[in-house]
Amino acid sequence: MNFLRTASSLALRPSGHILTRRTALPATAFAVRYLSDSTKKTIEDAITRNKLVVFMKGTPDAPQCGFSRAVMQILTVQGVDMQNSLKSFNILADEELRSGIKEYSSWPTIPQVYVNGEFVGGCDIMLSMHQSGELEKLLLKEGLVEPEAEENPRA
Amino acid sequence: MSTPVTSVTIESLTEACNDRLGATHVEAKDISGGCGQNFELKIVSPMFEGKTTLQKHRMVNEALKDQIALVHAFSQKSFTPAQWEALQQ
Repeated sequence: MNFLRTASSLALRPSGHILTRRTALPATAFAVRYLSDSTKKTIEDAITRNKLVVFMKGTPDAPQCGFSRAVMQILTVQGVDMQNSLKSFNILADEELRSGIKEYSSWPTIPQVYVNGEFVGGCDIMLSMHQSGELEKLLLKEGLVEPEAEENPRA
Repeated sequence: MSTPVTSVTIESLTEACNDRLGATHVEAKDISGGCGQNFELKIVSPMFEGKTTLQKHRMVNEALKDQIALVHAFSQKSFTPAQWEALQQ
């Protein structure tokens, strides 16, 4: 590593500006950063402009992974309007987004669910919130599902 | 720091949970059907006390970071000893 650092600073000595930037590199070289400014902006715009955002493998109609499919099923069962209330990103179609979202959320797996700009969790958390009733509460609070109509026993 | 992990096994996951999360009980299952790329973990630890689900998952993700990076799929359930006890009833 020392050898590398010396080599690169020697090579870059002519430009002081680049040299300072370069010398900062080895510290971050191991924790490779994937999140570019443009990807970060894409993510931030998406989660601030949409109440419900899912970063997933595949599309809501054709999920490409069981975990992504499970999240779609949970949201459908909860009564979310999948056409109009859900914004989804197919990370399989965008390699930069795929690695970028993991870094942005500090979360190692896909799918990832955001509600009202906040990271809620992945498939495990969605499933446990679905079972505990927490998810229904959250979706109701954010207006993503309609309260269930009062039960009117048919006469 | 322990030695770098090169392959993920039930043993390596269990060991990391014991070492880094003070787990009192770990159930690790290889649900990949042979390829060793898909794991399901149940972890019981007093360190989860007072944490939200998201916080617990983040703790597990952090503790198992190097191993999760090596597998295709990973699923976790985390419990405090009291929650686990209640489940066993």
